[in-house]
Formats: sequence, C-alpha cells, structure tokens
Amino acid sequence: MNVYLSMLIGYLLVNNYVMCQFFGICPFLGVSKKFDTALGMGMAVTFVITLASFITWFVQYYLLVPFHLEYMQTIAFILVIAVLVQVVENALKKLSFSLYQALGVYLPLITTNCVVLAVALNNITDGWNLLESTFCGFCSAPGFTLSLLLLAAIRERLELSNMPKWMNGFPGALITAGLMAISFMGFGGLI
Amino acid sequence: MAKKPTFFSAFLNGLWNENPTFVLMLGMCPTLGITTAAINGVGMGLATTFVLMFSNLFISALRNIIPDKVRIPAYIIVIASFVTMIDLMMQAFLPDLRSALGTYIPLIVVNCIIFARAESYAAKNPPLASLGDGLGMGLGFTCAITFLACIRELFGSGAIFGFQIMPASYQPMAIMNQVAGGFITLGLLLAAVNALKTSMDHKRKAKEAHA
Repeated sequence: MNVYLSMLIGYLLVNNYVMCQFFGICPFLGVSKKFDTALGMGMAVTFVITLASFITWFVQYYLLVPFHLEYMQTIAFILVIAVLVQVVENALKKLSFSLYQALGVYLPLITTNCVVLAVALNNITDGWNLLESTFCGFCSAPGFTLSLLLLAAIRERLELSNMPKWMNGFPGALITAGLMAISFMGFGGLI
Repeated sequence: MAKKPTFFSAFLNGLWNENPTFVLMLGMCPTLGITTAAINGVGMGLATTFVLMFSNLFISALRNIIPDKVRIPAYIIVIASFVTMIDLMMQAFLPDLRSALGTYIPLIVVNCIIFARAESYAAKNPPLASLGDGLGMGLGFTCAITFLACIRELFGSGAIFGFQIMPASYQPMAIMNQVAGGFITLGLLLAAVNALKTSMDHKRKAKEAHA
C-alpha cells in the first residue's frame, strides 16, 4: 500500500511529468488558454494514459519479449496509442455523446502528446508489474492535468492584466510556467 | 508561397522564415528537456533532422498512394521506422550521447514538428521540395535549440561545449539546469525576439510615413 501512496504523491507533485520532467509541453502551452478546455483535455489524457499503460504492458511482455522484438518497442507502442485514441473516440461517440462533444476536439491531439508515450516507455524501463504500471499511468495523468489547470487559471488572469506588448502570449506563459516549476521544486524532499 | 517550391526555397523557409522553434512554436519538449548542454542540442537537432528529412521524403513520395482516411497511422509508421533506425544507430555509435538524451530519442516519434511538416507540407508537395523543407526545418530546429543550450550551459555551468568560458570564480546558477530555468530562458528569448520584431515594424512604418 505504501508503494502506491508514494507513487501517487510522486507522480502528482514530486516527479510531475510536466513541471519536473519536461514532457507534454506542447499541449501544456497549446490548450492552457481557457480553464474549461484544459479540464477537458486533462480528462481525455487521463483516460488514454491509464488504458495505454495497461495495454502496452501486455504488448511488451507477451508480444515483444517472447519474439525478441524489443527494438520494435517505439513503433509498437505508438501504434497502440494511436489505435487506442481512435477506439476511445469512436466508443465515446456511441456511448456518451455529451462527453464526446466535450472531449472530441482534444482526442486526436493525444496521439502526439509525449506524456502518453513517455509513461509507457518509462513503465518498462522501471520494470513495474501490470498493476503498478497501470497505477503509474493513472497517477501521472492527474499530474499533467493539475499543471495544465494551474497554468490555464493563471493565464486567464494574465489576459486581463496590463502586460508589456512583447510579453503577451507565449513569452508570458513560459515565464509563468517557469515560476510554477520553481514552486514545484519545493515538493522535492516530500518522498 | 506564390512561386513553385524548389529544394532551396523550401530549405530557406524552414531555416529562417518559419523557424519551428521561434516562429511556429513546435516541438517544445525536446527544446526544453535536453538543452542543458550545447552538445545535447546538436545531437538532438541532428537526430530530428535525419528523421524529418526522410519522413518528409517518403511521405511525399507516397502521398498519392496513401488513402486519406488512414493517413495518420501511415505517417506514424513511416516516422516511427526512421526514429527506430536513428535510435539503434546512436546506441551503436554514440552510446554516451544516446544515454544523455534518454527517452527523448524514442519520443522524436511524437515530436509535433515532424507531424506538422508531414501533414502541412510533405502531403502536398513533390519529394525534392519536401526533402529541402525537412532539411531546413531540421537545421532551423538544431540552430534554435543549440543556441538555447549554449545560453543555459553558459550560465548553468560556466562553459560552452564543455570549454570553460566564465572565470573560475564564477558561481554556476543551478536553476538554469532545472526545468524552471529552461522555461524562463525560452520565455525571455521569445520576448526579446518579439520586442525586436515590434521595433523593426515601427521603424519601417515610420520610414514609410516619412517617404
């Protein structure tokens, strides 16, 4: 139980994939203009990362390792993720149209979100078992969502404030993100 | 672009006018993730250039064969194959650099620069121009991240490419090697580029009004 608790805190705060490890910066900067869209993106990513961690574990240990195809890891994993995103999109369209409308635009973008692939690859490098990898995926995603929501909330405020013209948009967002990363460093000694 | 794209015009466009890092704001993860040392910037940039050139060339050559509906998975397979090639080559010939860049090498697959160029350029233009576009975009990316890496390495450890630049009494700024330093350096750099552009526009407008 302790392992899982420290994983949860670790991936949410201490080793946050965005703020402490530099993964998923593109969607982090791209879809953090509005709080609501950030929330939608975060939910979609959580769903896909959890499922992807689960499936890539099987792909690695029941397909790649027995056939000595470990060098195909990158291709196999990205294909799993692309297919998964497509399946999730189609399933949502049939099962819950309101959720599909809320997440629809962000789903295709998830294929190129490097957090998903990074989590899948790191699970294998770290040698987690099935339950641990799935849990790790399930914890990493809220970490991504948390930083996305925080930045979105700050950027909504920044829109209203009087900034120098050349700081508007990306430069301002990047410096905000830098200051956020400094505060996340404060979680360093937590586990 | 009004005139027909050639190898060279596509090359220059990628290198300067539409620089992927400073103008298009694509591929931010490796831009920030590995730029703590200048040599990493060069290595990452050249690896990306290789993938970008060949994926552009192949996607452009296959652009009339790939059905529109399955184009994204098709692009992914082409890109992932070249990433695997460069990954294995680096593991064999440059193991130190490969381990310094770590997960970021397999993650070239999901670098948005490559997807964006495949979708918006290679899928519509002939192979040679696409090859030029890939080369230009790749080198533009390499120059941008190497520049960023030089700044971070200079302040973070007082050296560039491992050569000591700062005097021995210089106290390295540890923050520059952290995530936060990367964000802030890039933010300031972009702000400087913006300020430069605005002042140039002002001057041009003033000149036109004067004439």
